[in-house]
Amino acid sequence: MFDDLRDLYQEVIFDHNRNPRNFRVMEDADRQVEGFNPLCGDRLTLFLKMDGDQIVDASFQGSGCAISTASVSLMTEIVKGKTEEQAEALFKQFHEMTTGKEENIDLEAIGKLAVLAGVREYPARVKCATLAWHTLDAALKNEESSISTE
Amino acid sequence: MTTFPIEKIRADFPILNEKIRNKPLIYLDNAATCQKPLVVIDSISNFYKHEYANVHRGVHTLSVKATDRYEGAREKLKTFINASSTKEIIFVKGTTEAINLVAQTFGKTNIKQGDEILITAMEHHSNIVPWQMLCKDTGAILKVAPINLQGELIFDEFEKLISDKTKLVSVVHMSNALGTINPVKKIIAAAKAKNIPVLLDGAQAIPHMSVDVQALDCDFYAFSGHKMYAPTGIGVLYGKQALLEAMPPYQGGGDMIRKVTFEETEYNALPYKFEAGTPSIADVVGLGTAIDYLTEIGMDNIANYEAELLDYATKKAKQIEGLRIIGEAKDKGAILSFVLDKVHPHDIGTMLDSLGIAIRAGHHCAMPVMDFFEVPATARASFAMYNTRQEIDVLMNGIEQLIEVFG
Ligand SMILES: Cc1ncc(COP(=O)(O)O)c(C=O)c1O
Repeated sequence: MFDDLRDLYQEVIFDHNRNPRNFRVMEDADRQVEGFNPLCGDRLTLFLKMDGDQIVDASFQGSGCAISTASVSLMTEIVKGKTEEQAEALFKQFHEMTTGKEENIDLEAIGKLAVLAGVREYPARVKCATLAWHTLDAALKNEESSISTE
Repeated sequence: MTTFPIEKIRADFPILNEKIRNKPLIYLDNAATCQKPLVVIDSISNFYKHEYANVHRGVHTLSVKATDRYEGAREKLKTFINASSTKEIIFVKGTTEAINLVAQTFGKTNIKQGDEILITAMEHHSNIVPWQMLCKDTGAILKVAPINLQGELIFDEFEKLISDKTKLVSVVHMSNALGTINPVKKIIAAAKAKNIPVLLDGAQAIPHMSVDVQALDCDFYAFSGHKMYAPTGIGVLYGKQALLEAMPPYQGGGDMIRKVTFEETEYNALPYKFEAGTPSIADVVGLGTAIDYLTEIGMDNIANYEAELLDYATKKAKQIEGLRIIGEAKDKGAILSFVLDKVHPHDIGTMLDSLGIAIRAGHHCAMPVMDFFEVPATARASFAMYNTRQEIDVLMNGIEQLIEVFG
């Protein structure tokens, strides 16, 4: 019945939505930032544990749609062990994948995150996928304790 | 009651023939804005083709024609809501501007530090923020009457909040987030007992029921054209003449003046005092046509038909496991707001869109209502007179299917 949506809602997304990874409060986090999408009310808190400029642990709390939950869940998995610079580079790639030109996407660099490429066709849902990454960006830049997609 | 001419009505709305993602459009986002019948679309187009000019300015034939059409629409609105004079019909951009107008003119002159403005916990942001801004400027206090878990105003609490300091009561006639129809007669009677003026936000009520401002005895009534089958960019502030006379103008400019020198300006009479600048002329004409259209069908017929639709949708929704209806007031308009245990409203919106069904997912410009029900957002199906039981069947079937997919 929902065949048209296969590209958007891939099985991996359902899986992460049902069983989000790293879904916990991190008591000894070095960075903690809240991300908020006022359009839909999605809210998440991202926790990072740093060792120098390396992300050694990432976790999150909050409630959102399947796309935003899967996106943040996947992100916390993939950024573990990355340096700030590597994580920022991934953010750029992710941004390109969801909003940029198709030919600029580096599928190899993006890896598992490619399951979220389907949002390209759903402009109303792009912010659901990018909320996690904007929150990470703010956490790495250590700028604010809360950000909003608007 | 004669049977409702649903087939004929559907045929009046060209957009209902559209395909969305290869499926026939099922438009259930009418509380956000509703679709336009061909007569309205044509009347705007014909007006531009044959009668368009600026109003109240020229002696030339077209200007006179355009002015006649524009003022003719005002006359229709007066009859439609049973105002006592066309002086009480102020054309504005919409409900939002109407409320801001009252806040900035009536509010600034009558509301002072320590005074209170009373609203309810189910207001749209446009009946919250203008008052907060006024409170910030004046030092007045915004009081909020609570609602219960059915989404109904707790009337006793509302009454208790009316005090000697209350200078204005401003409440929504029908809630866009919950569908609740407020007991406005009781509200107005309670306020009148203490000589407090009442503003009703009629944005949602006006397309769904007949409204008689004199029978209601409200002081202000605000509504938007685009939610009542008319164009965007046009709406009405009704105000009792005596109140409007005493209020200072809202904006300054052309049309709202009688005489201007550099030393002094004499303001124009009602309603022009509040209509500075060239108005949205063709949209007013379109609104006039929409009123004719609605009048021909009959507001009571529309209300009856939509009540049946809501009843049907509510019964079906209640059979779906894991669905929770947000807003179950006894007196309710054709809005079904709901959440699902396992599926976020945003996902519901995208899934249903793939079936050609347009619903709204979000906070509906009523974040305090979402907070009260402890949900980040809801999915909302809002009905209009052109919707059918078959469409509701497709909606409910879609919801059941998507629950399965997410399960
Ligand atoms: C209850 C209510 N009040 C006010 C408004 C604001 O109307 P507009 O955006 O047309 O000014 C709306 C529209 O969503 C509404 O539903």
